[in-house]
Amino acid sequence: MPGQRAGPAEPWRDPDAEPYLRLRGLTRRFGEVTAVAGIDLDIYRGELFALLGGSGSGKSTLLRMLAGFERPDAGTITLDGEDLVKVPPYDRPVNMMFQSYALFPHMTVAQNVGYGLRQEGLPKAEIARRVSEILELVQLSGLEGRRPHALSGGQRQRVALARCLVKRPKLLLLDEPLGALDKSLREATQFELVNIQERTGITFIMVTHDQEEAMTMATRIAVMTEGRLAQVGTPAEVYEYPASRFVASFLGTANIFEGVVKRADAAGALIESTAFDAFFQSDTDAPKPEGGRVFVAVRPEKMRIEKRAEGEAAHGTNRLAGTVRDIAYYGDFVMYVVALADGSTVRVSRPTETRLTELPITWGDAVAVTWPPFAAVLLAQ
Amino acid sequence: MRGGAAIVQGRLVRLLVLALPYAWLLLFFLLPFLIVAKIALSEPAVGIPPYAPILRWSEERVLTLVLNLGNFAALAEDRFYLDAYLRSIRIAGVSALLCMLIGYPMAYAIARAPEHRRNLLVMLVVLPFWTSFLLRVMAWIGLLGDQGVINGLLLWLGLIGEPLRLLYTDAAVYLGIVYCYLPFMVLPLYATLVKLDPALIEAAADLGARPWRAFLTITLPLSLPGLAAGGMLVFIPAIGEFVIPELLGGPAAQLAGRVLWVEFFQNRDWPMASALAVALVLVLVVPIAALQRLSATRGLGLRAGR
Repeated sequence: MPGQRAGPAEPWRDPDAEPYLRLRGLTRRFGEVTAVAGIDLDIYRGELFALLGGSGSGKSTLLRMLAGFERPDAGTITLDGEDLVKVPPYDRPVNMMFQSYALFPHMTVAQNVGYGLRQEGLPKAEIARRVSEILELVQLSGLEGRRPHALSGGQRQRVALARCLVKRPKLLLLDEPLGALDKSLREATQFELVNIQERTGITFIMVTHDQEEAMTMATRIAVMTEGRLAQVGTPAEVYEYPASRFVASFLGTANIFEGVVKRADAAGALIESTAFDAFFQSDTDAPKPEGGRVFVAVRPEKMRIEKRAEGEAAHGTNRLAGTVRDIAYYGDFVMYVVALADGSTVRVSRPTETRLTELPITWGDAVAVTWPPFAAVLLAQ
Repeated sequence: MRGGAAIVQGRLVRLLVLALPYAWLLLFFLLPFLIVAKIALSEPAVGIPPYAPILRWSEERVLTLVLNLGNFAALAEDRFYLDAYLRSIRIAGVSALLCMLIGYPMAYAIARAPEHRRNLLVMLVVLPFWTSFLLRVMAWIGLLGDQGVINGLLLWLGLIGEPLRLLYTDAAVYLGIVYCYLPFMVLPLYATLVKLDPALIEAAADLGARPWRAFLTITLPLSLPGLAAGGMLVFIPAIGEFVIPELLGGPAAQLAGRVLWVEFFQNRDWPMASALAVALVLVLVVPIAALQRLSATRGLGLRAGR
């Protein structure tokens, strides 16, 4: 996976590491609406950082503040020791790749890529050299004379990327970098972007609403909602240890149950369901003392499903009984939707390890869903 | 074959859609132009109509074509006509340029205004059209005259001792043309500027271009189609403009439109007037065709909006 990087460099774990980009109390309001509500965030040199969130989460406003197109109402942006808030966009050592690419339609590929260097007043020979160097990096050599309208979507995306890279920015911002590409082109482009990022060593910050994109590409992810950071961490941390119900269900699928802490000790916690006659055993610490209301999140792929004899003991500890309501066959895995007695549903996914054309479990079967204690994540909110 | 039928029907519709404007042009432009061209080539005569037919029976009872090229020869030789045309071109050209200078900031401001206010602003630009053209030009006489509002105000303020000569000058003609034709510049410019993706300007700024540089390198080249369209819409009617120079211009303002009017109505020399009209059309069509060719071959950014 592109996310798994060579080397143990994880500067965010080092308390002495100096962050490259430091945001403190960053806030932006539009009239009554607070788009970004006081964000504190440290990003380190060479990261490929993803801002993940739905529409209206404030991720794009945050990115536009970094580029200089939006003025923060409060807070600071410090990049490599320099305060950026009062610096206009044309003087910032920051470049942005626009979602629409925003290529200049009246200029050729080479003119588009060289535009930023011409603004710096570099000599013509140097511009030509750096443009051809960067076009080679993004594999567009030979297309220098083309106009944007004569390029494919993937080629346009690479022109937009090259136009930013050629400026050698301290920070490269990418607004939904793969949003306008076909599904087939996306995966290849994901790997290519990560490759280019590693080769140039430029710090990337990308905005995306696509959790798969964020997970596969980023060193760390910040999940945003309502202008705040819901959680910041590596893809695996955010997926396996979500901090809230929102994060658990925004990244991937999660079954969420409500319960009360019955027992909490060094070995973990026992939660009693408030919805049905069942218990949830987890090996993680309870976020609240005994008697507190908590939520239990379990990922579908960490659950088992088996046929159950009619009349067999219904719910138990880490065990729920129900009937199969829906089956979605994805090829590489199967998703079962199991209806419980109270009408709620549980999703269980199983990999298709064997070549069965008929599934052993089918619609209407009475089944039991079970999971090991390590699968249950306990959440306070 | 339903598909085949649909294709045939589609072609028919397309043919019809294309035929309509062509039929219009043929009926109301080409046909009248040919009639005028015919009159231009005939000899003046006393009578109704005041010109001789170009096809007549000679004394030997043979149908002969009698063409009179004298009018065109006179056009080329007489400095009076040539000067009138050159003056018309100059006045129309300078007016178009002035309209660009005044209209561009207006169109830009409307295109950048909040979306809900744009329609109102466009309406305000078009508002003068609700009054008669003639009335609006006459109003300027009241403003510019020796006893007019402007002179009255300046005299009252004591800034001048005696009335300034404002009316019946070239400046008054420019003022009238720019005032009347400004909307024709603003509207096509606005239409191009409003379509311009604001992200392009942001991208230019992001790449290090200061606002003025971004305007010169991105906004201006991409608005050339609107500028060209607006320029044509002002230049073409202004070159044949008769009412404004007649009402606001001095006796020296002998422009093509005025000369043409005099030949038609005062001298009753229809062939000469027609020759003037034909020459005027040629003066207009040739530069437009040249510009079209240039934009088709060079790109010129005229198709950049797509």
